[in-house]
Amino acid sequence: MTIAGPIQQEFEVEQPGMAACPACVVTPSAVALAAGAEAHARLMLSLPTAHCAACISTVEQAVQAVPGVDSVRVNLTMKRVSVEASPDVTAPQLIEVLNGVGYEAHELDPGLLSATETDRQGRELLMRLGVAFFSMMNVMLLSVAVWSGAEGATRDMFHWISGMIAIPTVIFAGQPFFKSAWAALRVGRLGMDVPISLALILASSISLFETIKSGHHAYFDAAVMLCFFLLLGRYLDHRTRAVARSAAEELAALEVPRAVVLVDGEEVVRPISEVIAGDLVRVRPGGRMPVDGVVTDGASEVDRSLLTGESLPVFAGVGTVVSAGEVNLTGPLVLRVTAAGRDSSLHRMADLVAVAESAKTKYTTLAERAASWYSPLVHLMSFSAFGFWMWKTGGDVRFAVNISAAVLIITCPCALGLAVPAVVTAASGKLFRKGLLIKHGTALERLSQVDTVVFDKTGTLTMGAPEPTNFADHPRAAIEVAAALAAGSSHPLAVALADAARAQGIAAAEVGDLHEVPGYGVAGVWKGQVVRLGRAAWCGAEPLDVTATYLSAGGSSRAFAFADRIRPGAESAIAALKAQGKHIRLISGDAEGAVANLAARLGIEDWIAGALPAEKVALVRELTGAGRKVLMVGDGLNDTAALAAAHVSISPATALDAARTASDIVLLGQDMAPIGDATRIARQATRRMIENFGISAAYNVIAVPLALVGSATPLAAALAMSLSSITVSLNALRLK
Amino acid sequence: MEILSILIPVSLILGGFGLVAFIWAMKTKQFDDPTGDANRILMKDWDDKPKP
Repeated sequence: MTIAGPIQQEFEVEQPGMAACPACVVTPSAVALAAGAEAHARLMLSLPTAHCAACISTVEQAVQAVPGVDSVRVNLTMKRVSVEASPDVTAPQLIEVLNGVGYEAHELDPGLLSATETDRQGRELLMRLGVAFFSMMNVMLLSVAVWSGAEGATRDMFHWISGMIAIPTVIFAGQPFFKSAWAALRVGRLGMDVPISLALILASSISLFETIKSGHHAYFDAAVMLCFFLLLGRYLDHRTRAVARSAAEELAALEVPRAVVLVDGEEVVRPISEVIAGDLVRVRPGGRMPVDGVVTDGASEVDRSLLTGESLPVFAGVGTVVSAGEVNLTGPLVLRVTAAGRDSSLHRMADLVAVAESAKTKYTTLAERAASWYSPLVHLMSFSAFGFWMWKTGGDVRFAVNISAAVLIITCPCALGLAVPAVVTAASGKLFRKGLLIKHGTALERLSQVDTVVFDKTGTLTMGAPEPTNFADHPRAAIEVAAALAAGSSHPLAVALADAARAQGIAAAEVGDLHEVPGYGVAGVWKGQVVRLGRAAWCGAEPLDVTATYLSAGGSSRAFAFADRIRPGAESAIAALKAQGKHIRLISGDAEGAVANLAARLGIEDWIAGALPAEKVALVRELTGAGRKVLMVGDGLNDTAALAAAHVSISPATALDAARTASDIVLLGQDMAPIGDATRIARQATRRMIENFGISAAYNVIAVPLALVGSATPLAAALAMSLSSITVSLNALRLK
Repeated sequence: MEILSILIPVSLILGGFGLVAFIWAMKTKQFDDPTGDANRILMKDWDDKPKP
C-alpha cells in the first residue's frame, strides 16, 4: 500500500527511539561476561526446527535438566528459547544439550533482540484495532436498529449514542492515518492516507451535524468500520514487517560480536566495537576472524570460502594477512588488528549494500501504482459531485456535502487497504513455515517476476562440508590408519574422514603418540613407524587439483580426495525451478574441476568457475541489462555485490551477515527445496493481489454511481465496505 | 421502549468489560507467543498438578 511509504518513515523515526532505551542496549550476557559475578544470565537461543507441543516439552525438559538453569521458556512463534541460568552455564553447553535431543540451536545476542520484545508500535496498533472493533460492534448494533426503521426521538437518541462512541474512537483510532496524511500533505504529496483521513473527518462531522439537526442519515458506523478495516490492513502490514525485522535482528544477533583481546597477556572478552587497530586478538580453532589483521603468533589453516568461494583451506602463519569473516581451522592464532569494526573489509561491504537497498526501494509496488491513480481520482470524483449538486440544487450546501462525503466513504480504500497486506501475510506466513523468511516488503512481488536464477556454489548449493570421494581406491589398512590420525584433529577434512570411516564400519587402527601440528596435519606412530595425515608437501605427496588430504605411511603416500556435500533439497529446488521454465546458471569463485563436477551432478548446463566478485556482479548486471529479472542465491562476501545488484536475492542463514543484509529472503533451515516453492507462491500471491484490486474496483463500480446520484444510504455504504473487505481477505486465504 | 434505557447501558457496559479485558491482555503481553500457547494446552507435563 502507499501506506507502505508513511509506515516506513515511521519505522525510521522509531529506530532512534529503540536505541534510546539504554537498559535494552546493554547486553545482559555481555555484562555478565565482563563482570563475571552476575547471579543470573539470560541466554537466548534460536530453535529453527521447533514446531509442536512435543518440541516445547522436550526442549524445556532437556534444558531444565542442565545444572544451574533456573527457568526456561520456549517461544514457538519466534522459534526461540530463553533461559535464565547462573553465569557458568554457557550457550555452547546448551546448544550441545539441544543437539543431543535432536534440535538445531544457535546462540543469539539478547542485547540485539530486546527491541523486538517491546514492539511498541505493534502493540499500539493492536490497541487501536481493539478499540475500533469494540466501537464498531456497538455502533453497528444501534445502526441496525435505525436501518430497520427506528423513527423520531428513538433514532435521534441512537444517533447521539453512536456519536458519543464513534467520535472519540475516530479521534483515538484514526491517529495513524491523520499523522501520515499530515506528513504527506506537508511535503506536497497525496498518499492513500489523505482520502482516508478526509473520509473519516468528513463522515464524523457530517454525521454529528445531521444528528444535531435530527437528520435521517448518520455515517457513524461507516466511520468506525472504516477505521477498523483500515487498521486491520495496517496491522497485518506492520506484523509482516515486524516479523521480518525481528528475524533480521535475530540473524544479526546470531553472530555474537565479541573478540578475545590480549591485554598484557590476559584474555579479555570485548565487544568488537571496542576493539581498535593495534590490539592483539586471539582466535581459537573453529572461530571466525572478528577483525582484519596480520598473524603474529601461531600457525593454522584458514577457510576463506565465505569471502572468495575457494573450497580449499589456505595455510596461515606469522605474517599472513587475514580478513574478518574467514574461519580459523586448526591452530590458535594471535592477530595484530589492522582494521576493526566500521573499517574492516566486512563492514566496507555495508556501503555497497546500502546503495543496493536504496535502489530496491525505488521499486514501485503494485499497491503504490494502484494508489497513484486512485487517490487523485477519488478526490476528483468527490469534489465534482459536490460542485455538480451545488449547481443542481442551487446552493444546498448540506445536501452537496452529504453526497461528496458519501462518495468519499464508499470509495474509501478499505478493500484496497487490505488487498496487499492480507495476501502478503498469508504468503509470508506460508513461506515462513517452509523455512523462508521474507526480509523485504516488496520481495514477494519482485520474486514473482524472476526468470533467471543465478546460484553460487560453496556454502549455497553445497554445505561447505566435505565428503571423501575415493575411499574405494584405498586398502582397508590405509583407511584404518587415516581414520586414527583424523580422530586427532578438528580440521573439517579430518572430521569428515573420521565420520566417513565410521559410517563404513571401519574401525581406527592403533596409533600412538598422536599430535597435531597446526597448519600442517596430524602425526602419530603406527607399528613403530611415523605416519602423517595432512598437507601434501608435509606428507611428501604430489598435490592434486581437488580438495584432498594426504597420508604418508611406510615411505609411500596416498591422497584422500574430497568433494563438497550438496545441500539437501538442492536437486529438487533446481528441478522445480527448471520445471517453472527458469533459466539456471552457476557462478563460483572455486576451481574449475569442483564446479564442473557439481554442475554435472545437479544438471546445470550454464556454469562459470573461478569468478571474481566483480565478475559475478558483471554477470548479474549483464543479465539485467538484457531484460532478465535475476534471482541471485549466494552466501559469501564475494556474492554480496551480486546479491545486491540482482532483482531479488536469497541467502542461507549460515551466510555472512553482509550477505544476509544484502539479500531480500533468507533460507532459515538447511534444506534448499523451499526455493522452488517460493517462486511459485510468489507468483500466486501477486496474482491474488491483482485479483483483490479487481474485486475492490468492482464494488466501487457498483457503489460509486449510487453515491454520485445521491441514493447511497449508510446501509449501502456499510454493506459495500464490509463485503468487499471480507471478499478480499478470503481471496488472500485461497493461497495454496 | 423504556427497556432501552436499561438494555443500552447494559450492552455498553458488557462491551466495555470486553474492551478492558482486551487492554489488560495487551498490557500483560498475552499475545507474545500465540503459536506456543496454542500448543501448550496439548502438553501433558502439568496435567496432574500446576507448574510450580
